[in-house]
Amino acid sequence: MSDTMIALPLIDWLIEPLQYPFLVQAIWVSAFVGLVCAVLSCYITLKGWSLMGDAVSHAVVPGVVVAYALNIPFAIGAFLFGFGATVAIGYIKSKTRLKEDAVIGVVFTGFFAFGLVLVTKIPSNIDLFHILFGNVLGISQEDIIQTLIAGITTLVVILIRRKDLLLFCFDPNHAKAIGLNTQLMFYTLLSVLALTIVTALQTAGIILVIAMLVTPGSTAYLLTDRFDHMLGISIATSVFSCVGGTYLSYHFDVSTGGAIVVLLTVLFMVAMVFAPKYGILAQNSYRHQPIVDGTQGKG
Amino acid sequence: MPTITQTLDINVNNLSVTYSNAKLALYNASCTVEPGTITALVGPNGSGKSTLFKSIMGFLKPTQGQIKVGGLTVQKAQKKQLMAYVPQSDEVDWNFPVSVYDVVMMGRYGYMNLLRIPSSKDRRLVMESLERVDMTDFRHHQIGELSGGQKKRAFLARALAQEGKVILLDEPFTGVDVKTERRIIALLMQLRSEGHTILVSTHDLASISTFCDRTILLNKTILASGTTEETFTEENLSMTFDGLPMNIYQNSEVDS
Repeated sequence: MSDTMIALPLIDWLIEPLQYPFLVQAIWVSAFVGLVCAVLSCYITLKGWSLMGDAVSHAVVPGVVVAYALNIPFAIGAFLFGFGATVAIGYIKSKTRLKEDAVIGVVFTGFFAFGLVLVTKIPSNIDLFHILFGNVLGISQEDIIQTLIAGITTLVVILIRRKDLLLFCFDPNHAKAIGLNTQLMFYTLLSVLALTIVTALQTAGIILVIAMLVTPGSTAYLLTDRFDHMLGISIATSVFSCVGGTYLSYHFDVSTGGAIVVLLTVLFMVAMVFAPKYGILAQNSYRHQPIVDGTQGKG
Repeated sequence: MPTITQTLDINVNNLSVTYSNAKLALYNASCTVEPGTITALVGPNGSGKSTLFKSIMGFLKPTQGQIKVGGLTVQKAQKKQLMAYVPQSDEVDWNFPVSVYDVVMMGRYGYMNLLRIPSSKDRRLVMESLERVDMTDFRHHQIGELSGGQKKRAFLARALAQEGKVILLDEPFTGVDVKTERRIIALLMQLRSEGHTILVSTHDLASISTFCDRTILLNKTILASGTTEETFTEENLSMTFDGLPMNIYQNSEVDS
């Protein structure tokens, strides 16, 4: 009896929003975005490209503005500028003595600032707030189509190239030694990164997109030593947070992107503390054992 | 395992490498790694050993000069799966979520189709390679769970699975115990008798004469190259390790 007493309000809580078509739409769009981000997240975390993801997400802003001004799909402008920023970063790094983080910092803030200048000068009906923080509850049909195309392209590319991309993240030297084109893999991973950011733009906004690209993979990485499990856990936490965040956003009238990322972060913290092998609690109980590591010496 | 009918040499011709910070790492280096031999590459830290290795593997572009493997450019030789590489331990991310089996299977990727779906031959060769380095029981372990010697053997198995005719090992004896070192040496001698050409960079001067047919001494350029008996003279060594105490000959731990 008591089970149904607790279950009923929860079911109401879950079903009630479903009578609004815009909300149903927001839920499945954010679930889809969560899926795409979660898959890429595993590669980005393992490759150590979090800062690169942050850079790309900020660099798309001028692209979005230009695309609206020229009346072409926002996804095209965003992709070109996001990808262009990474090419610029690679070029500047190879031609100067600067370290990569400094180059990334200079380039992405430059792109972002240029976007801000454009958005205030070019007459358009772009809401800067929506670009920065997302607007999945008010997403238009056109934007859904663009989100789907960018997301499905990303998933297909990763599905086909998943083993090579994993090898590229793990050991690019070996990839080269067996005659694979590592330059191509580098740009493939950058392209899908830019595409994923385009996918997530409408849901999370450019400020929070990086959380959707880093947190699910990081949470999963703390919980397992196997890549296929990592992928599964990443997808589960991400889709759960996206759907849950959209519900919370409706019920408590809070920012959707914010609610999604707060959920993702809560799950991360739980994993960080309680993960069976790499959690803080487990690590503390292992502490008395010496770490055996056979790495020393440089060439 | 099938015996290899042809053996390949490595020819380095007038190689110079300058890094982007204008540091000259290697100049006018010319040497030949004879086919079917084990050749040691010896020099102090900062002597350009790693640079020469990376150039031979095509990981960096030389400023001048060329490298041929069995008469082919490095890129062509790699496309034909002729060159296997066993990396230094500190070049590997040991926390990466891959198992020993996954790593060895990566040696077979060059033979697979675009989707990298292993055939029964790929799986058989992976198991045989694991068997040869005695790592079959550890195949499901995540790579970070292994000891220093086991880590080396796992990556050696990957080189075996790749069936490369030329095998380069970068500091294979760093961080491994004497038993593992003997085991690796025995395996290298076996591979030599099967016709592989092997190049080993090492600090471990004491063991070189026990298994290396030829030795190349390096310090910014090639100082001496030839059979180990010829090159391993006190004079050559003091020229290579200029300024370092000569007890390095007895004590392989002197480095950095």
